[in-house]
Amino acid sequence: MKTTVQKINNLTIGFQSQKGEQISILKNISTSINQGETVGIVGESGSGKSTLALAMMGYVKHGLFTISGECMFHSNNLLEMKNKELENIRGRKIAMIPQNAGQSLTPNLKIGYQIDEALRLHTDLKQTERDEKISELLNKVRLPSPETMAQRYPHELSGGQQQRVAVAMALAGSPELLLLDEPTTGLDVTTQAHVLELLNFIAKDTGTSMVYVSHDLGAIAQVSDRVIVMYSGEIVLDGPVRSILKNPIHPYTFGLLKSIPKLSLPGLPNSMSGSQPQPGSIKKGCSFFERCEFADDNCKLNSPSLEFIEELNTSVRCFKHNELLNLNKIDSQNIKSIENKILKNEILDLSDVSISYAKQKFLDQLLNKINDTNPTVKDINININKGETLALVGESGSGKSTILKSIAGLLKTKDGNIKFGKDKTLSNDLRQRDPSFLRAIQLIFQNPDESLNPNHTVEEIVSQPLRLYFGLKGQELKDKIIEVLDKVRLGEFYLTRYPRQLSGGEKQRVAVARAFAAKPDIILCDEVTSALDVSVQAAVLNLLQELKEDFGTTYIFVSHDLAVVRAISDRVAVLYQGRLCEIGPSNNVYKFPSHPYTEVLLGAVLEPDPDIKPKLVAEDIVEEKPPENGCSFQGRCPRILGDICKNEVPPWQTGENGNSIRCHIKIEDLKNQQISN
Amino acid sequence: MNKKKEKQKNTFEKIYEVIKTMASKPSGLIGLTILIFHVILAITSPLYVPYDYKAIDPTLMLTPPSSEFWFGTDSLGRDVFTRTILGGRTALTVTFFGSLIALLWGGSLGIFCGLVGGKIDDVVMRVIDAFLSIPWILAMLLIVSLLGTTTLVLIPALGFFYGKGIVRVARAATHDVIAKDFIVSARARGHSNMSIIWNEILPNVRDAIMVEGAMRWSWMLLGFSSLSFLGFGVSPPTPDWGLMISNARGLMSFAYWAVLAPIFGLSSLIIGINLTADAFAKALGIDRSTKAPV
Ligand code: SF4
Ligand code: SF4
Repeated sequence: MKTTVQKINNLTIGFQSQKGEQISILKNISTSINQGETVGIVGESGSGKSTLALAMMGYVKHGLFTISGECMFHSNNLLEMKNKELENIRGRKIAMIPQNAGQSLTPNLKIGYQIDEALRLHTDLKQTERDEKISELLNKVRLPSPETMAQRYPHELSGGQQQRVAVAMALAGSPELLLLDEPTTGLDVTTQAHVLELLNFIAKDTGTSMVYVSHDLGAIAQVSDRVIVMYSGEIVLDGPVRSILKNPIHPYTFGLLKSIPKLSLPGLPNSMSGSQPQPGSIKKGCSFFERCEFADDNCKLNSPSLEFIEELNTSVRCFKHNELLNLNKIDSQNIKSIENKILKNEILDLSDVSISYAKQKFLDQLLNKINDTNPTVKDINININKGETLALVGESGSGKSTILKSIAGLLKTKDGNIKFGKDKTLSNDLRQRDPSFLRAIQLIFQNPDESLNPNHTVEEIVSQPLRLYFGLKGQELKDKIIEVLDKVRLGEFYLTRYPRQLSGGEKQRVAVARAFAAKPDIILCDEVTSALDVSVQAAVLNLLQELKEDFGTTYIFVSHDLAVVRAISDRVAVLYQGRLCEIGPSNNVYKFPSHPYTEVLLGAVLEPDPDIKPKLVAEDIVEEKPPENGCSFQGRCPRILGDICKNEVPPWQTGENGNSIRCHIKIEDLKNQQISN
Repeated sequence: MNKKKEKQKNTFEKIYEVIKTMASKPSGLIGLTILIFHVILAITSPLYVPYDYKAIDPTLMLTPPSSEFWFGTDSLGRDVFTRTILGGRTALTVTFFGSLIALLWGGSLGIFCGLVGGKIDDVVMRVIDAFLSIPWILAMLLIVSLLGTTTLVLIPALGFFYGKGIVRVARAATHDVIAKDFIVSARARGHSNMSIIWNEILPNVRDAIMVEGAMRWSWMLLGFSSLSFLGFGVSPPTPDWGLMISNARGLMSFAYWAVLAPIFGLSSLIIGINLTADAFAKALGIDRSTKAPV
C-alpha cells in the first residue's frame, strides 16, 4: 500500500463579492497525492488549478479565503497552520517551482550562492557539506560543469538553464512533494522536452511526489502518472493518464482533446464553443452545461457529483459518462481538412532579405548605411502566392517575428527587397509606403490585451481602419462595423464593450475583425493563438480559415507551436538563427522532415498522448548569435560533417517531395540516416 | 452627427460615474464638498458681502469678532469676514487657469518626449531637471519684478513652473503605452503621428495627467499665496488670503482673528483640492502611492 503524502478533503476556497456573496473559486475538491506519484493538474485559465496548487503549500492568495475543507500534509492541516510552522514545511518538505524561473532568481547573486542559501535555510548541513551538495544538485539537474555554473549570474544562463537552477533549488531541501506551476511554459520546444525528461528522471530517482500544473496536455501527458482535469473550480475527471487522455469520459476533456491540433494529423481540429463561466455565475446544474454537446434538461437542473468508475479507475463528474465510454471506442476523427485556392501568382516576394538589429554608428546612421557582416536575419528568399498560408516556424531567436515586422514596414531591412505583387517594391520606410500597400498588409498580434487599446470600445477599435482607408462616416461606418463584427461572430451588442469586458477569445476576434476591416490582401499573424486557451484556440483557427476562404486572403503565420502550424498552413519555412533551413509544403515537411534541424524540432514536440515520447536528438543549448560562417545550425547539429559545415554556407537542394533544404548532406542520405537511427 | 452625440453622452456618463465613485468614500465626499463650496463662494460672494472690502474706518481698527463683524476687523478697520469670503477669488482663478496651462504644456511636452524618445527626449529631460533644481520662487520673483504682478503675468508664469512635474508624469505614462502592440498596430496601419497621439496615446495617459494636474493645483495655490504673502501676488487693496495673512501676522498675539480667518480659508481649500484629487485618482484606478514620480 502506498503512503499518502497529501490529502485534500472537501476544499472550497473563494472570495467575498462586493455584494457580500461568497463566490467559490475552488469547489469541494477532494483528492490525494501518493508517495512517488506524479499528478498532473490540467485546466484552462480560470479553472482554479493554480489556486489549488498554492493551497497544497498552505497558501491562499490575498483576497481569497478558505470557506471549508482541509488540506492535510501527513497529519497536519496546512490551511490552519501558523506561518512559523509552515516555514518548517515550505522549502523543506514541500517545494514549489514557479512558472517564470528566471524572474524568481535574484538577478545580482551568483547561482551557487542562491543554492547555498536554499540549503542553509532548508537543511542543517555544514559549509563544506553544502559546497559538495551544490555540485551534486547542479549535476543532478544536468547543468554542464557545475563549478563554473555556480559562479555565474542568472542572466548569463538561458531560459532552460534557469529553469534547471530553479529545480536544483527546489531539490535543496529534499522535499517530499514538489509543486510545479507551468514550469515549461514559455520555453522553446526542444528545451521544454529536455526539462520534462529531467523532471521525469528526478521523480524516479528520488521518489519525490510531484504535482505538475499546466494548461498544456502535451506536457502533462509526458510527466504524469495520474491526471486531474479541472473546470470552473471543480475536478471533473481524475484518473490514470492513459485512461484520461485515451478514453476521456467527460465531455469537456473529450472536446478539449479534439480541439488540440496534432502533429500526426493534418487539418483543423474541431472547436469547442463558448468559454469558461465566470466564478459565481453558475447557480445550479452542471458547470459545463452551456458548452456541452451531450447536455440534456437533467444537466441544467442538477449538478453531477464526482463518481468513481471501477473499471477505468477514474472519477468523473458527468451524468452521461457511459455514453462517452461507448463513443470513445469508435475513433471519431472528424478533423476538417483545409483546402486553399492557391493562385499561381505571387503576391509577396522576399529576395535576399537581411535584417540587422545591430546598433548603428552615428556616421553610418547619417549616411543611412547599415554595416553588419553578421545580421540577425540573412538571405531570406521566399515567394508567397495569393491565397496561400505560409508558416514561419522556429524557436526564439529564429528571426520569424523579425521577418514579419519587416514585411509590415516596422523594421528596416538591411539588404534585399520585399516586393508586393510582381513588381511593386515596398519601401523600407513605413512613412513612405503607399497607403494602398499599408492597407493591403495587416497585422494580428499575439496578445489581444496588448494589441487592443484598453480605452477604446469595440466600435472605435474596428472603426479605425474603416475611417483611415475608406473614409467612412456616420451610419455607413456603423453599418460596416456591424457587418465586420458579424463576420467574426460577434453581435451588435459588442459595439459598446471595452476589451476588458471580453473573454480572451472574443478579444482576439475583435483583433481579427480590425485586420479584416481593411480588406487586406495579406494578413501577418504573429503567434495569434499562443495567448489563448486551447479550446478557444481551435475556434480562432477555424475562424481564420473560414475568413480566408471567403476573402481569398493570404496569411503569413508565425508560430512556435508546430502542431498549430501544421493545422493551418499550406507551406512551412523552418528558420534557425535567422537563416532558412527548410521550406516546403507542410504535408511533406511534417511527414518527411529532411533538414537536421527540422528533425530535431519536430522530434521534440509533445503530443497529448503518453505513448508518443519526444525524441531528444540535439542538445538544448541556446546560441546567442548566428555563426559568422558556414551552416547556421552547426552549433547543435547532431549530423555535423566537420569543417565543411563550419566554413561553407550549405547549398539549397530540393528533394523529391518538394521540400528544399540547406545542408551539406544529400537529402537522400539524410533520409537514410533517419531511418537507420 | 449621430455618433458625436452618442459619444458626448458617453463622456458625460463617464464623468458622472467618476464623480459618483469619488463621493462614495467619506474623504472624497468631504473634499468635493469643500471644493464646491469654495467655488460657489468665489463666484457668488460679491453678491452678498456685508461690507465694502476696501472701506477703511480708523475707528473700527482691530475690533474682535462680534455679531456685527463676524470675523472682526483688521488693522485698517476693514471687515475680515468680507475680505475672507472674497479673498479666494483671485487665488482660485489664477491657479485654476495656471493649472490648465501647466496641464497643456506639461502634458504635450511629456507625451512628445515619451513618443520620440532617444536623444531629443534625453536633452529635454535634462533641461527640465535643471529647471527643477532652481528654487522656483526665486525665478518667480524675478519674473514678477520684471514684468509686474498682473494676472496675465502670474497665470502663465505659475503655469510654466508647475508644468514641470506634469511633463515627467506624462512622459512616464506615454513610455508605458508606447511599447504596446496597439500603438505598433496603429503605426503599421499608417496612421499619422497626430492621430496616434490623439486616439491611441491620449486616452491612456489622460487620467494620470489629469490627476497630476489636480495635485499641482493645490501646490500652485500654496505657491501663489506665498507670492502674495511676500507682496508679489495681487496688489492691495484687493482682498487675498496670502496678503491678509502677511498684513495681519504681526498683530497675531492680540488680533488672532485677522490671521486665523484667511488661514482657515486657504488651508481648507488646499485640503479640499487634495482630498478631491486623491479621490479622483482612486476613482480612475490610479494608485498614487506606487506611481509618485517626483
Ligand atoms: S453532466 Fe450533462 S452538461 Fe455536464 S458534462 Fe455531463 S452531459 Fe455535459
Ligand atoms: S550543413 Fe552540416 S551542420 Fe548544417 S545542418 Fe547540414 S550537416 Fe548539420
